[in-house]
Amino acid sequence: MLLSSKNLSVTHPGQKKLGFPDFELEKGESLLVLGNSGSGKTTLLNLISGLLKPHTGSVLLDGVDLNALSLQEMDHFRGSEIGIVFQKPHLIAAISVKENLQIAKSFSRKEGQNVDSLLAALGLESKTNSSINTLSEGEAQRVSIARALVNSPKLILADETTSSLDDENTSRVIQLLKNQAENIGAALIIVTHDQRVKAHISNFIEVKSA
Amino acid sequence: MNLIKLSWKYLTFRPLSTGLNILLLALGLAIMTVLILIQDQFEKKVTTDAKGIDLVVGAKGSPLQLILSSVYHVDFPTGNIPMEEAQKLAKNRLVKGVVPLALGDNFKGFRIVGTNYDYLKIYESLPKSGSLWEYPFDVVLGAEVALQTGLVVGDSFTGSHGISVGSHDHDQHDYKVVGILEQKGNVLDRLVLTSIESVWLTHDESEQETDSLSNASSLISVNHEKFHQKVAQTGFPVSDQPREITSLLIQYRNPMAAIQLPRMINSRTTMQAASPSYEMARLFELLGVGVSLLQGLAIVLLGISGIGIFIALYNSLKERKYDLAILRAIGASRFQLFFLVFLEGIMLTFIGALIGILLGHIFLQILVNQNDSGVVAAFESWVFLKEELWLVIYALSVGLLASMIPAFSAYKTDISKQLTRG
Repeated sequence: MLLSSKNLSVTHPGQKKLGFPDFELEKGESLLVLGNSGSGKTTLLNLISGLLKPHTGSVLLDGVDLNALSLQEMDHFRGSEIGIVFQKPHLIAAISVKENLQIAKSFSRKEGQNVDSLLAALGLESKTNSSINTLSEGEAQRVSIARALVNSPKLILADETTSSLDDENTSRVIQLLKNQAENIGAALIIVTHDQRVKAHISNFIEVKSA
Repeated sequence: MNLIKLSWKYLTFRPLSTGLNILLLALGLAIMTVLILIQDQFEKKVTTDAKGIDLVVGAKGSPLQLILSSVYHVDFPTGNIPMEEAQKLAKNRLVKGVVPLALGDNFKGFRIVGTNYDYLKIYESLPKSGSLWEYPFDVVLGAEVALQTGLVVGDSFTGSHGISVGSHDHDQHDYKVVGILEQKGNVLDRLVLTSIESVWLTHDESEQETDSLSNASSLISVNHEKFHQKVAQTGFPVSDQPREITSLLIQYRNPMAAIQLPRMINSRTTMQAASPSYEMARLFELLGVGVSLLQGLAIVLLGISGIGIFIALYNSLKERKYDLAILRAIGASRFQLFFLVFLEGIMLTFIGALIGILLGHIFLQILVNQNDSGVVAAFESWVFLKEELWLVIYALSVGLLASMIPAFSAYKTDISKQLTRG
């Protein structure tokens, strides 16, 4: 088992306890986390990526209990083993496309992928040295996917990646993420309220606020 | 790509803000650099030029003016003193040695100083080429004078009346260059040295011009004989009429002289005595107020630049909260984010410090270029002092302080909250 989550819950100050369903994923498998706005999908993503500590439960990634890691160990682990694709690309505008990937590589202890090859695989070979401000929305999103993949992580997390895309682009992005996850043998979790994604990933859980 | 490069990219990404902060810091440091350089070189020059001169005796007036005109050759003399009285003083038991000086003319702003060989002994200076003066109107040029005027041994020139540029020429008789002194980094570098007889004869001829033509012809023939008589190499020149000199440089025989001699001269003669060390200490005290004011201004500028850097970093941090959260999400530690912002402050101040110091030296070079023959002209603008290293450390401290709060704020960024805000 590559990834497993058991009895995860969190309590925000002044709010009720928020619990999440258990799940398990093998290498190359995908999971869809569905839920309405405010249901706690992003909180689950933050728990799985170690950005938040749960009150109860555990997340095991490749045998490593994320709760057992110190803050600094978690930062290193996340940099090496977890790739996150955000709703908006959120690239660093001060540096070029290639440098956005290189900085992500610099935080990892792993060899990872060749930046130029990865950009070429995502159809961005002509944008390698481009400034972020010159990219189209689609190009920026592909760069953010490349950034999540550059360290060949064991887990890829995508947060509302398709919510602002049309059907065609939604299909293209989901397929791209699935293919890349399979290529590097990573588990893929897509967190979204977008029901269209169900057409591409049949394995899903639903998060509901209590 | 590493954090240093990323910090640099963030700085260059907002060139206006970065440039203004660097400029503000650089201006403050440039003022401090100029002050440090001038203070250091001024003090060294003052000490070097007055070395071996215990007392200066001249006409009554401002003692500081007497010192400035006779030791540093930067101010107008207070007047002349009778040579007879100076000779009497030279025989005093408290006096070890005297050097008479006769001022009054210049060549292209460089003062022509009538004196004897003892003046050169004070500064342990010798001719680099040619020889010392032997006859009236023979001159020896200071190294800087030779360099700037292009005169070489064997050349002639006409001196001008007065000690600054713009006066009328003494075209009755040219000076002849017989030697050029080695460069010693002292006041001699900027002087034209000759015998006291040359100065007297020049002014005798000027006076004759105003007399009737019939009288002048007979007097000129008398004077022309004197042109071929050897001049005094030490002590006072021999003269068949009452003569005046501008001042007398005195070396004490013993420490008691420092107490008795100035008091005796000031109270019992028509002359005044001034001590270079005392007068220069007084001058430093007066200048110190101005220097302190400028230093205060520079510190205020540095303070403002520190606040500017703080505001720039803090504002850019607000704009970059999401960038920082993303960096954490892709594996950067909290300490790395702290270091990233901290580096920006340090880089900003380091560049500002380097530019500031460079500007300071350029400012001094401009000052030197604008002064052909004064004390400032002898300053070396490309000498680097260890105090300048302290300026860099001081600037880095400003950067360190200014970036501490923004860096700590970056360290404390709540990554999940920031990412949820999107």
